[in-house]
Amino acid sequence: MATITAAPAEPAPPGVLTRPAVRKLLTLAVAAAVLVPLAVTQWGGTTWPSVLTVDVSGPLGKASDWIIDNRDSHPLFLYFFGHVSNVVVIAVRAVYLALLAVGWAGVTAIGALIAWRVAGVRLALGTAVAFLACSLLGMWVPTMQTLALMVVAVLASVVVGALLGLAAGLSDRMDRVLRPVLDTMQVLPAFAYLLPVVLVFGIGVPAAVLATVVYAAPPMARLTSLGLRGADREVLEAVESLGTTARQRLLTARVPLARKELLLGVNQTIMMALSMAVIASVIGAGGLGDRVYQALASVDVGAALAAGIPIVLLAVVLDRVTGAAGERLGESGKSPLTWLYALAAAAAVAVAGRFAGLLEWPDGWQLNIAQPVNRAVDWMTAHLYSGIPVVGGTADWAAHFTNWVLNPLRDGLQWLPWWSVLLAVAALAWLIGTWRTALTAVLAMAAIGVLGVWKPSLDTLSQVLAAVAVTLVIGFATGVAAARSDRVERALRPVLDVFQTMPQFVYLIPVVALFGVGRAPAVAAAVVYALPAVVRITTQGLRQVDPAAMESARSLGATSGQQLRQVQLPLARPALLLAVNQGVVLVLAVVIIGGLVGGGALGYQVVFGLAQGDLATGLVAGAAIVCLGLMLDRVTQPTDRRPRKGA
Amino acid sequence: MRLRTTPALAGVAALTLLTGCGAADMTKQASPFANAQGAKTVTLSVQSWVGAQANVAVARYLLEHELGYRVDTVQVDEVPAWDALSQGRVDAILEDWGHPEQERRYVQDKKTIAAGGDLGVTGHIGWFVPTYFAKQHPDVTDWKHLDKYADLLRTAESGDKGQLMDGSPSYVTNDKALVENLDLDYKVVFAGSEAAQITQIEQFAKEKKPFLTYWYTPQWLFEKVPMTEVKLPPYKEGCDADPAKVDCAYPVTPLQKYLNADFAKNGGDAAEFLKNFKWTTEDQNQVSLMIAEQKMRPEEAAKKWVDSHGSVWEKWLP
Repeated sequence: MATITAAPAEPAPPGVLTRPAVRKLLTLAVAAAVLVPLAVTQWGGTTWPSVLTVDVSGPLGKASDWIIDNRDSHPLFLYFFGHVSNVVVIAVRAVYLALLAVGWAGVTAIGALIAWRVAGVRLALGTAVAFLACSLLGMWVPTMQTLALMVVAVLASVVVGALLGLAAGLSDRMDRVLRPVLDTMQVLPAFAYLLPVVLVFGIGVPAAVLATVVYAAPPMARLTSLGLRGADREVLEAVESLGTTARQRLLTARVPLARKELLLGVNQTIMMALSMAVIASVIGAGGLGDRVYQALASVDVGAALAAGIPIVLLAVVLDRVTGAAGERLGESGKSPLTWLYALAAAAAVAVAGRFAGLLEWPDGWQLNIAQPVNRAVDWMTAHLYSGIPVVGGTADWAAHFTNWVLNPLRDGLQWLPWWSVLLAVAALAWLIGTWRTALTAVLAMAAIGVLGVWKPSLDTLSQVLAAVAVTLVIGFATGVAAARSDRVERALRPVLDVFQTMPQFVYLIPVVALFGVGRAPAVAAAVVYALPAVVRITTQGLRQVDPAAMESARSLGATSGQQLRQVQLPLARPALLLAVNQGVVLVLAVVIIGGLVGGGALGYQVVFGLAQGDLATGLVAGAAIVCLGLMLDRVTQPTDRRPRKGA
Repeated sequence: MRLRTTPALAGVAALTLLTGCGAADMTKQASPFANAQGAKTVTLSVQSWVGAQANVAVARYLLEHELGYRVDTVQVDEVPAWDALSQGRVDAILEDWGHPEQERRYVQDKKTIAAGGDLGVTGHIGWFVPTYFAKQHPDVTDWKHLDKYADLLRTAESGDKGQLMDGSPSYVTNDKALVENLDLDYKVVFAGSEAAQITQIEQFAKEKKPFLTYWYTPQWLFEKVPMTEVKLPPYKEGCDADPAKVDCAYPVTPLQKYLNADFAKNGGDAAEFLKNFKWTTEDQNQVSLMIAEQKMRPEEAAKKWVDSHGSVWEKWLP
């Protein structure tokens, strides 16, 4: 199977770019020349040979049955998972009841006052407006359910992440063990995390919270470890010379020195938790995500939007407030007294709200946007959807995209013999990375074949490739424009900011309205989701090109096009590679979620597994998604990796 | 090292304190969001098709206005709903289309779910073609001639085979096995949801294009797009026992209600009411049409039906 790259390969010495590349390709070609004929005579055909697959659905189905039958009697469940599940339920319920008891007036006031103390007046106003908007849309109770789940999940993630980060920051051995695991977890699509927890905990809030914790803890762990390791050596030595114990050093010097990273970690954790808490509605998280999920199932765009807007508002507010808290860190002038006043004021508002009967948002104050939005969508489908002369309608574009791009790409990939796919993966990964990344990529791809989901995985891959191509074309073009004109960059920045904080789920709503159901809308959502990161990294990369190089190019009389092509782009190559890597990872995450709107392939199998309680199908698809994510990341992995965006 | 063990120990201690030291049965945990403000609450599972929404809307209206309950509804897919019902996260399913495997597991073996009697509506799943197509080609209504028309029923998603359109992945379906076992030149394409399937059917009907679809009665869409059933090999008792070997039509199913066993015993008036709940296909269709066709909100539709059918529902009250 994966023997193709098991060929001996030395890590290429750093040097001129072309020579090692040629050598790598030659090695690979020799290995292929030996192994491919062997493989072909043994197992011919284009799709993965069925002899080499392992059918795991039987054992998995049995495991799932065993769990359902023993969930109420086996000690493992009674004394461990049962308690975990209990604690989660109790904690979420406590937070939820507290939020309901404080009432909308109280929650809004408390939110605004916290924002005011940590981030200033403007954000306080923004917070209040956001909460009021949630109520105005009639989404108060779902918002509180999501918030309650978030509070518990974020606290747990921060604790777990900080503990892991502490371990990795203090012990080199732990760091070596944890780093590759955390790196990998960050590139996996959120959807792949859902199934294992469902298998153990069943559909419901405990499973949702745990999936969220698993997804949101890694950035906290990474950043904690980074902060602890990045502490200034001299300061540490100075502290050590004072005769402090290791524990004192940690508490008085290393942790305080790392607090910028710690706060950034909290910020990222919150954003990822929100993103996941919404996706976890597929496994019974309830709240806002549930409203979006159900509305998507009935293609009710208006209702989906009414639940989607509060999610976006929540995301933007949480991101800004925690971000501002990190920036204002270390500024003086925060006396505990003002905190006390703020608290008292919030309590007063809450009590006043309680007595004034403002616990539940009055029905009469609701703004029903679902109907007007649906009327607008109906009008669009009637007028823009299809049959417009010359340009065609949105549905026509979707159909053309499916017929002319997605279908040929998918058929082409599925037509390729399996060993040539492995070979291509190996070549790409090795050219960009090291033989280690190449080996991981090929093994991951082979694992997909072994799991017996070769065809659907290539279908998903074709969607990813199409979406990445579109993303890169638009992203690089926009990035170049933004790098060359300050005005464009300034206009783009707020747009990118908002788009980068939105949870993945929200992107599905508008594309269903525009493109109907199928693979094309899934691809469109993925493109929109991945664009901001690609544009931003491209712009930064181009702007960081050494001004001296640009100056000398200009003095040699190069036109601005020549400067761009021959100086800026080559020098910004690492940034561009990083943009490709990020684009691929982000696109995959959304293409998979596209299973909810007819994207088919692996995403659909996960949805199917959850909907039918057929966890064997879902888990196999989930494992294939993990492998695909791993492969795509390794194939595009630049040697120098930066922390990714927390969405 | 000491530093890390202390919080860990504290955490374990807190966990033990919080939960008591005994066993914790996670199959008996309600949703943290249920019974929020001290009201008598009933949680009903509502499935995504309109008929099920009609049942729940009327049951909810009567429970709230006649019996003084507070009703929560949860949208869960059919199979997970059984699991949720057995765990008590949901109190009742009002319309089940037949899940023999789950019935054996939960009703007979574990006794965590109790049967709630007939809903009164009879359901039937089948393959349908639009009536305008059946009139042009009368022999299409027999499965033996379906292969002749595979060319006409091709789409971008089905490739070189004919398309058999299925809706939501969560519905009861044997279609993949049927296509395989009857050796038909068709490919099952899932629209992803019933709503998507309806949209697609309506678009086909607008252009008078032929199509073959998984569909079921009673369903309000028949009023808008008349469809004719394709005859499959007749259903015999037990021919669908092994899901992989099904080669016969779907049965005619008297739709069933199921209640959580505890709720059935201790649920008081609400449980009694839900057991008595029984109406006809026409009643259900009336409410469904109001919801789906006239775009009324479910509670309005329920109110309208309740106001004019006192004699039907008064018998349900305990």
